Amino acid sequence: MSSITKGASASVKLIDIAKSFGHVHALAGLTLEIGPGELVALLGPSGCGKTTALRALAGLQDLDRGQIVVDGVDITYLASNKRNMGMVFQSYSLFPHMSALANIEYGLTLKAHKTSSDLRSNRSKELLELVGLSTHAKHFPHQLSGGQQQRIALARALAISPQVLLLDEPLSALDAKVRTQLRDEIRRIQLEVGTTTVFVTHDQEEALGIADRVGVMRNGVLEQIAAPAELYDRPATAFVAEFVGLTNHIEGVVSNGSIDILGVKVPTLPGSITEGPGIALVRPETLKIAPNSSGAGRVFAASFLGAACRLTIDLPNHSRIVAQVPSSDAAVLGAGAKVDVSFKSNPIFVKPTA
Amino acid sequence: MNKPKTGGRVKIWRRTILVLVALYLLLPIVAMINFSTKTFSGGRGLGSWRAIFQQPDLIAAIMTSLELAAIVIGLIFFLVVPTVVWVHLKLPRLRRPLELICLLPLAIPGIVLVVGIASIYRWISIHISESPLTLAAVYSMLILPYTYRSLSASLHSVDVHTLAEASRTLGASTYKMLFGVILPTIRAGVMSGAVISIALVLGEYTISSLLNFQTMQVEISLVGQTDGGIAVAISLASLLFVFLLLVAIPTSMHRENKELESETA
Repeated sequence: MSSITKGASASVKLIDIAKSFGHVHALAGLTLEIGPGELVALLGPSGCGKTTALRALAGLQDLDRGQIVVDGVDITYLASNKRNMGMVFQSYSLFPHMSALANIEYGLTLKAHKTSSDLRSNRSKELLELVGLSTHAKHFPHQLSGGQQQRIALARALAISPQVLLLDEPLSALDAKVRTQLRDEIRRIQLEVGTTTVFVTHDQEEALGIADRVGVMRNGVLEQIAAPAELYDRPATAFVAEFVGLTNHIEGVVSNGSIDILGVKVPTLPGSITEGPGIALVRPETLKIAPNSSGAGRVFAASFLGAACRLTIDLPNHSRIVAQVPSSDAAVLGAGAKVDVSFKSNPIFVKPTA
Repeated sequence: MNKPKTGGRVKIWRRTILVLVALYLLLPIVAMINFSTKTFSGGRGLGSWRAIFQQPDLIAAIMTSLELAAIVIGLIFFLVVPTVVWVHLKLPRLRRPLELICLLPLAIPGIVLVVGIASIYRWISIHISESPLTLAAVYSMLILPYTYRSLSASLHSVDVHTLAEASRTLGASTYKMLFGVILPTIRAGVMSGAVISIALVLGEYTISSLLNFQTMQVEISLVGQTDGGIAVAISLASLLFVFLLLVAIPTSMHRENKELESETA
């Protein structure tokens, strides 16, 4: 890829931004900093404010309060058509009366990004190649599949060499296979082009798989922002622990920075309760399962996932937990097998009971 | 074995109904052709058709109606379309009231409308202009139900909101967004609204007659009182003209689409 596809990468700061619709606080003082060239995913349940934050960044949403700074310039009150941000929308947004190529060139024909026609067509052709659709230049949107339309939309957004690329659930209208494929491709293109990118999604797998950092949002603020692995292994709040990945709820008693569960002392994560009874949020793969004919647990069901096997285990206190073990270890752990349940040493988040 | 039989029967029914409807629609036209080509001596001739061009009042009235149609089309493009699009995009709360207002002309009988606006037109003819072209103001109201409906239907058939936002983020001004993206997208709706409006303007009689303006229909009825042949000939001609428009505009749009698509092949 030649140099012209290399985009500008800007730093982005959202400072205490807030927006209410009636008495719903979509954004309640969100603060977020994104480094140049970074891909940050905003993850959260619907209504958590992630899309509002993205739209505010694009200038499509007024704010009640707060400041948006891109590369040191305050753009809070700048009109959306002067912000130089490329956006890919959740619903198909290609202009239906223009060919794929014309769609990509559109931004470059406008005053804001006016480019000579030679340069324009070179750039659009390169972008078509970048998204792997060189042969579809003259196709119209209705002749393209959903995945192809979103690729063209991505190329169109990148054509204007945006300072920031905004992706608003661009994969949610696609079927599962195309979704993973395009997800990986978005990441490849983003790394190649180097544009600072904000990716909004409600799909945790998507967020964890693509982003440098993932911000989990709830009720209009960030609960935690961290690299995917840290978010998964060291959740800062109960909400993050429960929203990202699978968790078992196991009761125990906390004292001196560790929790006593199933007869084992396990260290607790910062943010957990410090004293008294609590509920440990335990990842399935941090459970150690060993076959033992006099063990306290009993395998209720085992489901094969390929490299790993997921076991549903009944405990003596009538609770049921899910554990994940390598498939090679699971051969002897069929339904009905008696097992010992203990923990790897990973620290655990503990939330108060009820 | 039974199925083909019922299929055949359905087919016969379909054809019968089609033929009956065609007869019902074509018979008056055939009668008009017959009547307008009859001569006093009982033979055939195009005397009445030729006479159209020897009636300066009639020609002037036809021109007035065509000019009115052109002005109304202009008003649709530059007033109605942007308004409806803007309300649809930016002021969704006004959508219902606007729809109601646009449908009003359908609910109010022409005669009531005339009584209401006659005094305004008296003032207009004294202070502004006596030209029949001032009728364009009333007509642009009369056409609202039709243009509004076809516009709103095509606005609802695509996600105009996202298209507008996409073009904004790419750097489009409001003008570029409206005329470069939204209008071409809803072209079919704009066109069908425009065609219906032309038909309506060319066929309108009540208001122009009661306000004493010499439009085509008014003149046709005047001519008809002295010479039925010419009146029928001109009625038929205007009917064919509108009919041609109705056929030509969708066909040309279809061809344009085909051309665009064939480029991709």
